[in-house]
Amino acid sequence: MPTLLFDGIAYGMLLFVLSLGLAVTMGLMNFINLAHGAFAMAGGYVLVLLMQRAGWPFLACLPAAFVATALAGALLERTLYRPMYGKPHLDQVLFSIGLTFMSVAAVDFFVGSQQQIVQLPEMFKHRFEFGSGPWMLGMGAYRLFIIALCVVLALSLQALLARTRFGSRLRAAVDDPRVAAGLGIPVDRVFLLTFAFGSGLAGLGGALGADILGLDPSFPLKYMVYFLIVCAVGGTSSITGPLVAALVLGIADVMGKYYVPKLGAFIVYALMIAILLWRPQGLFTREGRR
Amino acid sequence: MTLLAGALAATGALAQSDSVKIGVILPMTGPSASTGRQIDAAIKLWLAQNGAKAGGKKVEVLIKDDAGVADTTRRLAQELVVNDKVAVLAGFGLTPLALATAPIATQSKTPMVVMAAATSAITEASPFIVRSSFTLPQATIGIAEWAPKNNIKKAVTLVADYGPGNDAEKFFVDRFRLNGGTIIEKLRTPLRGADFAPVLQKVRDAQPDALFVFLPSGQGAQFMKQFGERGLDKAGIRMIGTGDVTDDDQLNDMGDVALGVVTSHHYSAAHPSAMNKKFVADFEAANKFRPNFMAVGGYDGMRIIYTALNATKGASGEALLAAMKGQVFESPRGPVLIDAQTRDIVQDIYIRKVERVGGQLWNIEFETLKAVKDPGKLK
Repeated sequence: MPTLLFDGIAYGMLLFVLSLGLAVTMGLMNFINLAHGAFAMAGGYVLVLLMQRAGWPFLACLPAAFVATALAGALLERTLYRPMYGKPHLDQVLFSIGLTFMSVAAVDFFVGSQQQIVQLPEMFKHRFEFGSGPWMLGMGAYRLFIIALCVVLALSLQALLARTRFGSRLRAAVDDPRVAAGLGIPVDRVFLLTFAFGSGLAGLGGALGADILGLDPSFPLKYMVYFLIVCAVGGTSSITGPLVAALVLGIADVMGKYYVPKLGAFIVYALMIAILLWRPQGLFTREGRR
Repeated sequence: MTLLAGALAATGALAQSDSVKIGVILPMTGPSASTGRQIDAAIKLWLAQNGAKAGGKKVEVLIKDDAGVADTTRRLAQELVVNDKVAVLAGFGLTPLALATAPIATQSKTPMVVMAAATSAITEASPFIVRSSFTLPQATIGIAEWAPKNNIKKAVTLVADYGPGNDAEKFFVDRFRLNGGTIIEKLRTPLRGADFAPVLQKVRDAQPDALFVFLPSGQGAQFMKQFGERGLDKAGIRMIGTGDVTDDDQLNDMGDVALGVVTSHHYSAAHPSAMNKKFVADFEAANKFRPNFMAVGGYDGMRIIYTALNATKGASGEALLAAMKGQVFESPRGPVLIDAQTRDIVQDIYIRKVERVGGQLWNIEFETLKAVKDPGKLK
């Protein structure tokens, strides 16, 4: 039982890192980016290719995955995304889902469609076990690492958004880009940085998750629904919202697959429907906002 | 239907021409691409070894990619029969792909050689289907016989939730119980799932003597890794299964956790026969990977087609089909027979254990069940 809880938390944390970028672009920049999963997949493949072809160590590949996808995000923001900011949401959805399909086909063509296998370093293959019987807690070292990393990320992001000058500029730019620009805030640059950072986080999540979620070209489509559920349930106005939503989803998913395997993946959707019936605006969104 | 009737007439005309076409449909892209890659390489090896001539005619092999989508398989099969006027359809990486094509084989009277798909019922879908791979009940009963004799009394089964998985579960459970074993739990996972954490935890808590696993070719490595990470091997749970889990294609990437896993299957790249040694050496020389059971299914499928073409001097339709039935030959996997009645393959099933030999992991065969017929059809 504690083991399941632990696995659920690790899974939820992973979902959190993966979805956070989406929550930022959707909530703060008011842009629906369905291609978010494609950035996550790109991060995963950066990790796999660097490890397999260039022989990089696992831990060095994680920042590389972040940087590479952040750069890709910045480039795409400048060239493709920026003209889409002012467009209606339907155009944004069509545009970004098209981008997703292109990324799926591109990876299929260049790398192949097989599941990629990540060889974790030895230190992550350990397993810590406490207690016995139904109350035994077994923790894989790698999942422990994921949880620790994600907690650090969540805390520092919260601090970044709430406490720093950049955070207040971003919130100002989102609330009213014209006034913010008039006050001398470089709105374009703030959006560019935010988008790149969100993409980088997705890439990091994809790299971290390659071992647990699996990695093949259909990754962006397979997990897109999960990202959207995290954003819908958690709301997109804070970091706490998606964090709690991701944890609830992760734990529900693992528990559901354990206790009612016949329903399997459906538990997550049932839970989402229940939460949204109860709080249609999301768990943590202030009512009446936007 | 009129198209197909036209194709019928056309196949008659083909018998007179001096070339014969074999239409091969494989998943060369998509999640089952490794199956397509293996069979494609095996067909190319057969052509390189035996030349492109059979029954006095030039053999043309047309390879099409269906990406593992049944609609596409069916459409490609129709095109191959109607436009290209192929004498034989072959390939078929997954059960639904073979079943979708079966009516086309029946209506156009085109022999259809199933080189991979392994659900028992496939050969019953059309009287023109001949199978060169294996059936899951066939592979499963080997391990279900072996386990109770080797101190495995309580087992949990874990299968991918689709046709072959259900076959494997049913036949393992029935045979294992018949031999005095107890099944604690029957688990199924979605076909495309990659995270086995919850089910593996469930297995661990159930504390069986062994876990029986069937997963489609290609998912074994991921599963094996998580099996080790969750410490099931250290908790004293043995892993047994059909040879799909310790697929030769991936076995070397699995690492030490695979050592000692016992499976039953019809082919191991380590099969100790002169013929297999040559097959593996030639295959590895032409490709950068090891042949697996998919490759041997493709290779033997080509042999069946060639032998039938030679025997009938390049006939097609029912005459060609008749020449495929009842063939007896030595395959890289060992002696096989194409049962004339069921058109399914009868072959030896080996019990193998993963061992490290010469720095690589291999499935080493240590017991043999002779000439196993598909138990799915012994009713």
